[in-house]
Amino acid sequence: MRRTVGRFELIILLEEIIMETDSEVKESSLILIKQGAEARVFETSFVGKRCIVKERFSKKYRHPILDTKLTLKRLNAEARCMSKARKLGVLTPLLYVVDAISHSLTFEYVEGASVKDVLLDFGLHGIVEERMNDIAIQIGRAISKLHDGGLVHGDLTTSNMLICKDTNRLVLIDFGLSFTSTLPEDKAVDLYVLERALLSMHSSCGNVMEKILAAYRKSSKQWCSTLNKLAQVRQRGRKRTMVG
Amino acid sequence: MKEKKLIALGFEGSANKIGVGVVALDGTILSNPRHTYITPPGHGFLPRETAQHHHQHVLPLIKSALETAGVTPDEIDCLCYTKGPGMGAPLQVAAVVVRVLSQLWKKPIVGVNHCVAHIEMGRIVTGADDPVVLYVSGGNTQVIAYSEGRYRIFGETIDIAVGNCLDRFARVLTLSNDPSPGYNIEQLAKKGEKFIELPYVVKGMDVSFSGILSYIEATAEEKLKNNECTPADLCFSLQETLFAMLVEITERAMAHCDKKNVLIVGGVGCNERLQQMMQIMCSERGGKLFATDDRYCIDNGAMIAYTGLLEYANGASTPMEESTFTQRFRTDEVLATWREKESAKV
Repeated sequence: MRRTVGRFELIILLEEIIMETDSEVKESSLILIKQGAEARVFETSFVGKRCIVKERFSKKYRHPILDTKLTLKRLNAEARCMSKARKLGVLTPLLYVVDAISHSLTFEYVEGASVKDVLLDFGLHGIVEERMNDIAIQIGRAISKLHDGGLVHGDLTTSNMLICKDTNRLVLIDFGLSFTSTLPEDKAVDLYVLERALLSMHSSCGNVMEKILAAYRKSSKQWCSTLNKLAQVRQRGRKRTMVG
Repeated sequence: MKEKKLIALGFEGSANKIGVGVVALDGTILSNPRHTYITPPGHGFLPRETAQHHHQHVLPLIKSALETAGVTPDEIDCLCYTKGPGMGAPLQVAAVVVRVLSQLWKKPIVGVNHCVAHIEMGRIVTGADDPVVLYVSGGNTQVIAYSEGRYRIFGETIDIAVGNCLDRFARVLTLSNDPSPGYNIEQLAKKGEKFIELPYVVKGMDVSFSGILSYIEATAEEKLKNNECTPADLCFSLQETLFAMLVEITERAMAHCDKKNVLIVGGVGCNERLQQMMQIMCSERGGKLFATDDRYCIDNGAMIAYTGLLEYANGASTPMEESTFTQRFRTDEVLATWREKESAKV
């Protein structure tokens, strides 16, 4: 099952199975665990397994045409890219169901803290060097695998990375803004988003980005063009003090 | 001896408005006159002409500010001016005036970051405590939140500002620049019905507007000629698309740093449709929206005076030789010393 997941045919089949076991699904209660910017995330069970339901809701502030377009685009992107990332060897939750009508995805429950919480904890109680290095290396490697495979995450923040409790391995989530691209530009912007998120939230943790980029460089085959582009992207913010 | 209320005189002239404000430390605005340089329809404002405009109006504005406030130069504790960011030539006017007055009246100078001034003014006027700030104007588009001593930029535009995008589209339609091109787009957009799909560009936490502007500039003429849509439809669609992008990145910043409330500042912040969209988003998240009207949203002297006064009350001032101006001055370069004391109190 693990190998074929991500194919929509299978998902449709799965959906039929759920229809049959619908009563069971309904019985297991939905517990809201997070209200994100675009979706509500619930915990429930799926054929006896603990799982997450991520339901994209329509944004009332957007024009209906724009809203429908964006919601569907992102639902599709997330389902496709989550599965593609797994094929590239990056851990993501296992996708069970795609429901285009309720705009929801059902996927595996990953137990563990987000990298954001881990780093915030470092900021409060002091950094555990060994653990920090391990996390940074894992992040760098995971991103390089995505990028070399032509996948851009689009929203690399520390809240979108989990450390699996049992295995201590990094799991990437939230592929709603992901897309496929081989352009150094897109990959560089991807890294830049992460850099800014780290700076704005975790400036007390030292230069985590440097460690991540070192790992990225070691593991990516196309690091050179991406990192050159990153230097250019960094200059883009407005009103920056410039020398010369 | 009775404790004297600190009073500051502030000068703003970073873009096409010259403003002088008199403010007390508790946020009371004693006076806040300003004058806007308005160009003919189809034209933007150029640095040199804008500076000439500021030169012509700054002295009468100072007189009227002092008169309305009922204070004499003796009662003023410090002189504040916009150090940056903004257009060079207009910025220079305020910087020169403040130096002259400092020597005439023997008063200290405080240089102020324009963006931080917008935030502080918004906070004192609305009473928003620790919001995510969306700062949108003709020259700036940033999503800002306070963290560890500074106002940090979570998302911003990577090319032109949202106000610039609207203003330049107003030039395409040759809308009037009085009172402002953005205001006239907003009024016209109210009559729009048909939604025309435009590019939607969110890159991570950042946005990009230049491609949207190029697209709408390139297609507007033909669409209008073929009667496919009206100018009102175009204004409507442009606003809907641009503002949806802004609300989206604001919401992401809120989710990222766990803050509930939003404060909109800057000239585009007066736009009621933007406020309405942000309001919907905030109430969906159980938060509150804080917004101000055109008196405080649009560049003014009082916001500079108030922010300078906050710094001055914390012991900071700018020596004469450092009282320069700069076109590039990022929001996160300023150490917000007064915020640290505020949080220490709590």
